[in-house]
Amino acid sequence: MISLAHYIVLGAVLFCIAVAGLFINRKNVIVLLMSIELMLLAVNMNFVAFSRFLGDVSGQVFVFFILTVAAAEAAVGLAILVLLFRTRSTINIADIDSMKG
Amino acid sequence: MGLSTSVLLTIALAPLLGSLVAGFVSPFLGRAGRAVAHTVTIACMIVSVALSFQVLYQLTLGGADNYNQNLYTWFQIGQVNASVGFMVDRLTAMMLVVVGFVSLVVHLYTIGYMRDDPGYTRFFSYISLFTFSMFMLVMSNNFMQLFFGWEAVGLVSYLLIGFWYKRPTAIFANLKAFLVNRVGDFGFLLGIAAVLTFLHTLDYAGAFSAAPALAGQTLQITANTQWDAATVICILLFVGAMGKSAQVPLHVWLPDSMEGPTPISALIHAATMVTAGIFMVARMSPLFEMSSTALSFVLVIGATTALFTGLIGIVQNDIKRVVAYSTLSQLGYMTVALGVSMYSGAVFHLMTHAFFKALLFLGAGSVIIAMHHEQDMRYMGGLRKYMPITWITMWIGSLALVAVPFTSGFYSKDAIIEAVGLSHRWGANYAYFCVMAGALVTGLYTFRQMYLTFHGKERFTVAASHGHGHDDHDHHEPGVLAHAPKESPWVVTVPLVLLAIPSLLIGYVTVAPMLFGNWFGSAIHVDEANNVLAELGQEFHGAAAMALHGFTQLPFLLVVVAFVICTYIYVFNPALAGRIKQALKPLWTVLDRKYWADEVEYALFASGGQKIGRLFWKFSDAGMIDGVAVNGSVRLVHRGAALMRRLQTGYLYHYAFAMIIGVIVLFGGYRLFGN
Repeated sequence: MISLAHYIVLGAVLFCIAVAGLFINRKNVIVLLMSIELMLLAVNMNFVAFSRFLGDVSGQVFVFFILTVAAAEAAVGLAILVLLFRTRSTINIADIDSMKG
Repeated sequence: MGLSTSVLLTIALAPLLGSLVAGFVSPFLGRAGRAVAHTVTIACMIVSVALSFQVLYQLTLGGADNYNQNLYTWFQIGQVNASVGFMVDRLTAMMLVVVGFVSLVVHLYTIGYMRDDPGYTRFFSYISLFTFSMFMLVMSNNFMQLFFGWEAVGLVSYLLIGFWYKRPTAIFANLKAFLVNRVGDFGFLLGIAAVLTFLHTLDYAGAFSAAPALAGQTLQITANTQWDAATVICILLFVGAMGKSAQVPLHVWLPDSMEGPTPISALIHAATMVTAGIFMVARMSPLFEMSSTALSFVLVIGATTALFTGLIGIVQNDIKRVVAYSTLSQLGYMTVALGVSMYSGAVFHLMTHAFFKALLFLGAGSVIIAMHHEQDMRYMGGLRKYMPITWITMWIGSLALVAVPFTSGFYSKDAIIEAVGLSHRWGANYAYFCVMAGALVTGLYTFRQMYLTFHGKERFTVAASHGHGHDDHDHHEPGVLAHAPKESPWVVTVPLVLLAIPSLLIGYVTVAPMLFGNWFGSAIHVDEANNVLAELGQEFHGAAAMALHGFTQLPFLLVVVAFVICTYIYVFNPALAGRIKQALKPLWTVLDRKYWADEVEYALFASGGQKIGRLFWKFSDAGMIDGVAVNGSVRLVHRGAALMRRLQTGYLYHYAFAMIIGVIVLFGGYRLFGN
């Protein structure tokens, strides 16, 4: 029997993988975007699990919202990425440090 | 019949109006502003002078009573009431006429002298403001307004000495004049405070009527010494007069004030402002009569000034400086007259001196114009051919200065010398020697100046062709003129003639009433025991007889001796002057360095002040305010920012990491401490 705890642990594991991806990855902006998507999915997993457990559908409605926003975000992020590549000819994160004070 | 308040107000305020128009309206009128400035100020001065003459006429012949009224309450603190008010008696009226007349003449002269100066309207504004201040000073009926006028003339004097504010020497001179005058004003202010303490009023009339109560009152200044109150008050007030009237040792500012344009040397530093101290002491005669100690002090200071500053004049080469030292010496004579309780004699000499000294200064200015702003007499000579009017009028002024009988200077100066001889006051013997020797010295420097300037052979050359490049007056070789000197325009010569007339005649006309006829009436108070003038008056048999008698007296003989010496040296044997200078080298050095008065005062006072100033500048200003408060806070922000900047790496994962740390801290904190 798969209990609530399994789902929550899965969500936490997914989230931690995403965070690790953010830190460990120093090369590629695309991997970065993927990590962020993974974080959102981890949150979605929690939403669905609690929705089922509490018998409240509004959690699943939220998941739809998040998926929509994530899709939009991915579109915008990829567009920025394309622009970034055009202007700087790189997507290497270590080179993108113009915010440095 | 009394004097009308509105007339007196007009006299005082018309020059102020002129000054405001010239100062605040003219600059906005472009080229027309110059004409507006001199027309308005001169029109205002004419109104003032005409009304002054009317006031003098009313008081002298019209039988008007003295005027003494408060017009406006300036401020009131407790029992101290400072008003603006006028006290007009014959002393005041005479001062009004002298100041107004000389000022008007100088206004006219300025049109010619300052013609090419960019500060033309500013100059007119200043001299009118000066006239207003001087009127307020002489018309005052209380000590506060006197002090106001006193400071205001000092301020305008400061502005005018530094009129050419781009010259470092002018700025140095005006600062020096201002600081030296502060010393005198400090004494003066203390004197006013002492008057208030002992007499409980600032009003002249009240103070003078309460003056007898001063007798016997004492003041403890240092431990275990009681000072006579009247002596303290009078000496303190006289310290103010020493500053303003440039008496030793506060005389050092006056020669330096010659950095200003010549018209103001004539108006302020010879004829009017510097005599304010003399006027003030004469006005305070009821107080000064209370203390013969203070009068002895006055006498000795005056005598010292009269002789020793005159000696410096003999070695000066700058034409204006000779006249400046002559002014110091003549102020010394006036002070001597005050010291022997001969107040009306001092004021009489003030009046005659105002005319002939203004004449000499304006004449010197006329020479300076002709010489293209060369002031060194060593490069002049033989100018009488080129500028006859200046030559003749300056001789008239010089004769009055050396006191040749029948000229105005004779009546005032000879009376002073004789009165000092009759006086029994402590110090009178010393003073008698000084004023007598001063007569010789006056002759020496005056004739030397006249010979060097107007006679002998020309010591300047005229450059052959110089084009129009002579506008730049400051940079030319000494003794080389762009074109031959010529007589000055009428706006310069007419004032000379206007002043030459009273220089010759005013003494003859007014000596009988002013010196011996008790003309001043209640304005001047002299104790019977001190009244040397009355003693002198017993031998007085008319102005003509006095002059004829003067031909046989020692002062005139000394002048003749001086004339012979100067004529021999500068006309017949010009090489002798250099040899005398060599023979008397040590004496010459002492005089050329002005007894090292500047150096001594610098070492004693000014250097200490500079050190304090430097301390405040280095430590307080540069160290604390600039270093800590201003730059320090900047440096703090800078350092903090440098530290904070290291957090901003620009790497995305650092920011993400910071966010996660933040979230953990937030939740952890909530878990641990939140309920």
